[in-house]
This record gives sequence, C-alpha cells and structure tokens, in this order.
Amino acid sequence: MTTMREQAMASVVDVFRRDEDVAVIMADISLDYLRPALEHDCTRAVNVGIMEQSAVGIAAGFALEGYHPIVHTLAPFLAERPLEQIKLDFGYQGLGGLFISAGASYDYGESGGTHHAGGDVQALGSIPRVEVLVPGSAEETAALVRRSYANGRPTYLRTSTVENDEPVELAPGGLTVVRRGSDLTVIAAGPFLTRTLAALDGIDATVLYATTLVPLDAETLAREAAPAAEVVLVEPVYEGTSAAQVAAALSHRPTRLLAIGVPRRFLKRYGTSAQHDAELGLDAHGIRERIRGFAG
Amino acid sequence: METATAREELLQLIAKASGDEKHDASSFSTLDVLQVLYEELRVDPSRPDWELRDRFILSKGHGPLAYYAVLAHNGFFAPDELTRFVRWDGILGAHPDRLQVPGVEASTGSLGHGLPLAVGVAYALRARGLREQRAFVLTGDAELNEGSNWEAILHAGSARLDNLTLIVVDNHSSSVELGEIARKLDAFEWDAVTVDGRDHDELRAAYRRRGAGPTAVVAVV
Repeated sequence: MTTMREQAMASVVDVFRRDEDVAVIMADISLDYLRPALEHDCTRAVNVGIMEQSAVGIAAGFALEGYHPIVHTLAPFLAERPLEQIKLDFGYQGLGGLFISAGASYDYGESGGTHHAGGDVQALGSIPRVEVLVPGSAEETAALVRRSYANGRPTYLRTSTVENDEPVELAPGGLTVVRRGSDLTVIAAGPFLTRTLAALDGIDATVLYATTLVPLDAETLAREAAPAAEVVLVEPVYEGTSAAQVAAALSHRPTRLLAIGVPRRFLKRYGTSAQHDAELGLDAHGIRERIRGFAG
Repeated sequence: METATAREELLQLIAKASGDEKHDASSFSTLDVLQVLYEELRVDPSRPDWELRDRFILSKGHGPLAYYAVLAHNGFFAPDELTRFVRWDGILGAHPDRLQVPGVEASTGSLGHGLPLAVGVAYALRARGLREQRAFVLTGDAELNEGSNWEAILHAGSARLDNLTLIVVDNHSSSVELGEIARKLDAFEWDAVTVDGRDHDELRAAYRRRGAGPTAVVAVV
C-alpha cells in the first residue's frame, strides 16, 4: 500500500516534472523519494541540509521569482520551528508555497514530544492567507497536491501514517457530505473519518468529512448541518483547534458543540500511534463514549 | 561633482521624511552603501519587476529612510511620498513592504530573513538561466547574531552561488563580539572584503567583484 507520504512525494515529483515553475526544497528528509526531482533538474530542486528556517526562506526566494516552491520535512520542523518564516516570508509577502509535513500529531509514537505536532494546524491557522489540508488517504493526497501546489497561498498539507479505510471523492470546498441524518451533525477531519463512522454506528447523524481545516468550508457546514443543535467536531489535532470556525459558521442558529481531539499535553509513553489513540480516547470506542455522553 | 549633487538631493529627501533639517550623512549608516549600490545595480524604475534586473533585498529593514530616499532619487516613486513617511495615508512604513513600495523586493523588518530569501532568489536566477543578474542583500552587523543567517551563509558557500553578494553594514552595533566578519565569512567559503563604508570608490570596486562562489562586502562605518 502506498502511504500518504509516499504518494505526496510521488505527486511532488510528478508536478515537478510537468511544470517548470515548480521548485522543490528538501531538508534531508524523504530524499529517497525526492531524488528523481534532483536528477531531473537540480537547478530548481535543492536539498539545503538540516536548516528549516532557511529551507522556508530559500523557498520564498524562489517564490519571489515566480516559482511554486514545495517544502517538505517532519511536522514540528516544518510548522513550528520556521513558523515566522512562513508567516512573514510567505504570508506577509503575499506569496504562495506548498508545505508538506509528515508525522502528524503522534505518528512517531515512540519518538516523544520532539517529534509530535498536535499544534501544527493551530499555529499555521494563526497566519492570514494560510490554507491547511488534512487528507485521509493516499488518493486524496494526490488530488490535493495537484489542486493546491499553484494556488498562490501558503498551503500546509499534513500527511499521516494513519489512513481511512476508503478514499473519498472530495468536494471542492474541503467539506464533503458523507451521509445525511437528523439527530446530530458530525464533522470528522482527515484520517479520523473511519473511526468516527464506526463510533456513530446506530446514530442518525449527518457526517461531513473535512480535508481542509483552514479555512473551514463554512458555506457547506451552514447548509448541510442537521436541524438538531448538537454538533460534534472530531479532528486529529489539538482539541478545539477548529471549534471557533465551526461556531462562526453556525452562528445563525443555536448550537451545542462537542470538540474531540488530541489533549493538550506532552505524551510520555512510547508506543504505536494506535496505542496513543486508545490511551487518549481517540479510537472508535473512545469517540463513541464521548458522543454518547454528549448527545445521549 | 555629480556625487555631491546627488548627496545633497538624498539629504533633502531624507529631510522631507524626517521633518528635520539637521541630519547629515553620518546619521545614516547605509546612505553611501545604498547610493553607490544603486549606481551599480541594473534596474529600471519604470519597470520595477523587469526580469533582467539585479535584485536587492534590504534585510536590515530598520531605519529605512536612506533606502526610501535612494529609491525616490532613482525614480521608483515620487519624492513627495517621503512627506508621508509612517503616515496613515502613506506607503512608506518604518519597515519596507514590497506589496506597497515600488522597487522594494522584499518585506523585511524581522531580522535574519533577507539572506535566506536572497539565497532562494540567487538559485531562482540561476534556474531561469539569468547568468549575469545578481542578488544583493544587506544586513547589519548585529543582525548576524540571528542563526538563520549562518544557515544561509553555510548553505550558499557550499552551493557556490556566484551570483550572490552579501553587504554587511558594520557600525559596531553587535552586542556579541563578532571579531573580523570577513574572516568568518571566508571560513564559510565566501569571498569577503572589508571596505570603508563611506568611500564610494572602495564600495564600487567591492560590488563589482565576482568569483567562483558568493561574495561579501563588509562596509565599516
């Protein structure tokens, strides 16, 4: 099976080959996957070494000259360490670039807090003009790379080793209707869709699948939300990351919101991401318990 | 004679912005450095985004009056704009904004951003096949405290970016003792020279140098 990360790298190489205005900036991560770009044209494919601030700054220099730069490294070293470079060099300067991360909140479950990034989406969401994409499958990742690499905005694409059972044909706004119901509205983001559907077994809920978390597709949410006041947000990032956007989209009606996500604490156990899910109440069972407690 | 006249006009432009007639050139560490640079740069004020221009990034976005004066003097915008410096109805802020000011290549003010940007620009010029065009970037000496500069210095030296020139305006403002800056840059595979940052002939000659890798001009003022 092709992972999201492998697919993202393959898609990057593909758009790099087809579009001479694409530049790829590497920081010593995933070089095996990206080497074909270096071999194809080393004038616009650069491995800068282990220097993430400069990786982003150099990418912005390419963007100043009309290129569509793509930068890739692990989530904490892409979204958090060079956050100011993304904010100023790209956001403030009005430039576009695609930032593809690996590792998500705790995919590296044995690596400890240095390699975890539950706050990446919230950090980047603080920057005007940023778009944040959270695909749930390799197929969606391929579609989102193609759709976003030249969109003119700083765009963060968050790959994960955790995937949904089935890919979804994505609606353009980033929020796709999976099914319609009447007792509850559930927004499930990225790789948390499969477990959320399992948690909803027997519950008559509208389920909306979010692959764009910033900006959240407010129009689709307002149009498709079930009449009941209860709304549940399930996202693979720090709990409540997208809650304000949900509240704003539904401000025309009474809403009770339950936000399910990664607790804001450093994880001190070492294991698989599935073990962390179970510990944090983010597997299907834990999500079901939270929803039953909320919507009874 | 030409230079003296240009100097007078630059000081008048700065006075427009500051509303203060007392400034002399010594108040502006970058004035000579920028005046001579814009005599050397291949730019066209009527086409600020002309593809064949040389690029200049003022990384040290602080104290941009001399920069604005040089841009106005070269015709990038009307001199009267300087009367609206940091004014609500003006485009000239306390740090330059590329989206508002014609001729400004990069929006700077947070230290340590311009040099990595210039490395990317130098790469991009090379990728576009623009071999004669150059990327210049100006930092202060204290700005070199920022680690992002040393990432970029390390990388550009290793990548032999021969179209990149770093100008360090050294007015001894660094709280960290930097020693001899040119020697440090040389150790990172740059070709650096130290010049009198008020001496136009020395500046001009230093700007014209190109080598097998990146060059640097440490302009002491």
